[in-house]
Amino acid sequence: MQPEVLIEAKGLTKKFGGVMAVDNINFEVLKGEVFGFLGPNGAGKTTTMKMVNCVLPLTAGALSVAGMDVTGHAREIKKMIGVAPQEDNLDPDFTVFHNLIVYARYFEIPRAEAQKRADELLKFVQLDEKRDVLIDQLSAGMKRRLILARALINEPQILILDEPTTGLDPQARHLIWDKARSLQRQGVTIVLTTHYMEEAAQLCDRILIMDNGKIIEEGKPADLIKQHAGEEVLEVAYDEEVLKFLKEAFPDARLDVVSDRIQVFTNQPKGVFTQILRKFDFKAAMIRDANLEDVFLKLTGRRLRE
Amino acid sequence: MKTRRITSYFAIPKLSHRVWHVWRRDQDVFMKTYKVNFIPPLVEPVLYLLGLGLGLGGFVQLPEGLRYDVFIAPALVAVSMMYASFFECTYASFVRMYYQKTFDAIIATPVSLEEVIAGEILWGATKSLINSSIVLGVILLFGLIRTPFFLAIVPLSFLAGLLFSSVAMCFTAITPNIDSFNYPAFLFITPMFILSGTFFPITTLPIEAQTIANIVFPLTHAVTLTRALTTGGLSPTLLLNLAWFLVTTPFFFILSINMMKKRLIK
Repeated sequence: MQPEVLIEAKGLTKKFGGVMAVDNINFEVLKGEVFGFLGPNGAGKTTTMKMVNCVLPLTAGALSVAGMDVTGHAREIKKMIGVAPQEDNLDPDFTVFHNLIVYARYFEIPRAEAQKRADELLKFVQLDEKRDVLIDQLSAGMKRRLILARALINEPQILILDEPTTGLDPQARHLIWDKARSLQRQGVTIVLTTHYMEEAAQLCDRILIMDNGKIIEEGKPADLIKQHAGEEVLEVAYDEEVLKFLKEAFPDARLDVVSDRIQVFTNQPKGVFTQILRKFDFKAAMIRDANLEDVFLKLTGRRLRE
Repeated sequence: MKTRRITSYFAIPKLSHRVWHVWRRDQDVFMKTYKVNFIPPLVEPVLYLLGLGLGLGGFVQLPEGLRYDVFIAPALVAVSMMYASFFECTYASFVRMYYQKTFDAIIATPVSLEEVIAGEILWGATKSLINSSIVLGVILLFGLIRTPFFLAIVPLSFLAGLLFSSVAMCFTAITPNIDSFNYPAFLFITPMFILSGTFFPITTLPIEAQTIANIVFPLTHAVTLTRALTTGGLSPTLLLNLAWFLVTTPFFFILSINMMKKRLIK
């Protein structure tokens, strides 16, 4: 069976004044998958999310959600999307519970149903004990969980998570990841933006890497790692002799010098580095699995953004 | 091209009943703190009536032998319409838009930005109605109302509130930061407070000032109408004051929504 395309962008473009925020991109999000947008700050991820959510008009191109064009079907589309934005825009004038109730009203969910869902959602994100507390008494992690609960109040088919775990401690981050996985099992399609590679690797079925408004790579995390960073990475302390030696030993490999370390990426199968290390004793040598961060840094460079 | 840019400021907004969800949100917040919200419209008129009405009033000779406290009482009602709605749709709306990101949160739902702004303006008008009704109650208790026509002030306060809110929202659409509201507050609102026939008849001003007050000060028209409706001095010219509101209100209502759209949706 052909997987159903839920979100489809063709030549999607957004210009702010003279700045190209999103530059002629194409992508498809399939029903039921977790789809990740990765990219450094200012890559155009959030702008793309806002166009999907019908908040920003397109400059050019076409964008459809569930077969409906975003231009002209804003209300229908917004009804089926839940958004957990990057910024905390919870309503500080209300309690935790009332935040959900007021938000449910914007979706025209009947009061009794809204109360039922609010209580269930607070349990789901483990905030039921904070039900009647004002927002400014919540920790950053609790606020993120409440924003997630709020995004689910309309029982969305599509959930947009815009940097859902930025600034959270590991416990809070893992809780959000657990919830995302459990929502995916329930059939929710999740579109996620992040610049945490671990998050993308943990959650996403497919990812897309953006930089300067353009898509520079797309695929399954494991495939991308294999393609761009190989299986294993050798890291050793920087030394001119060692660098020369490694260049000769791995003529096809990519060697990166990052501050005082040499990183060796190769397409060769697992084990080659172990053999080398058995013969030679490099200072501070380490073999590790290649990861998405290697891919990301290779593709987007090490230059600081913003 | 240029005419299209100008007409884009007067595009008729597409509004639905969802405007009321925004209005309800603001009303919910108001009701949570209703006790403190009732202090200004209760206390202020009492102070003005004591200080100006009784204190200053003894030195004032008005034409037609009108008592000074009877003269200023309806002006206090009109002033409360202006302050309630103007401050609601400047400072309070700006806080919701800029600091609390409440508008961003709402427009991610089926409610549109036009409806958010319209809801805010309707709430500003409602604040005008609430506050001025309280002031009206105070001056009624002070025995300063001469005719039952004063009941018409209640719907009038909503209309005037719509205008003041819409004008306020235009300032909110262009203000770079919250401190810049000092410009409209002190260069527009305060002059209106003093020079709109509130505390002395507008006819004592130089003719040029009278003309300005009549053309650009909504409060002048609000004061004229409320004064007629509490003192009983009804005349056909009041229809002109009412017409002034009926023309300017839709103009600024539509303008403010389009200005806010230009500010928030790039």
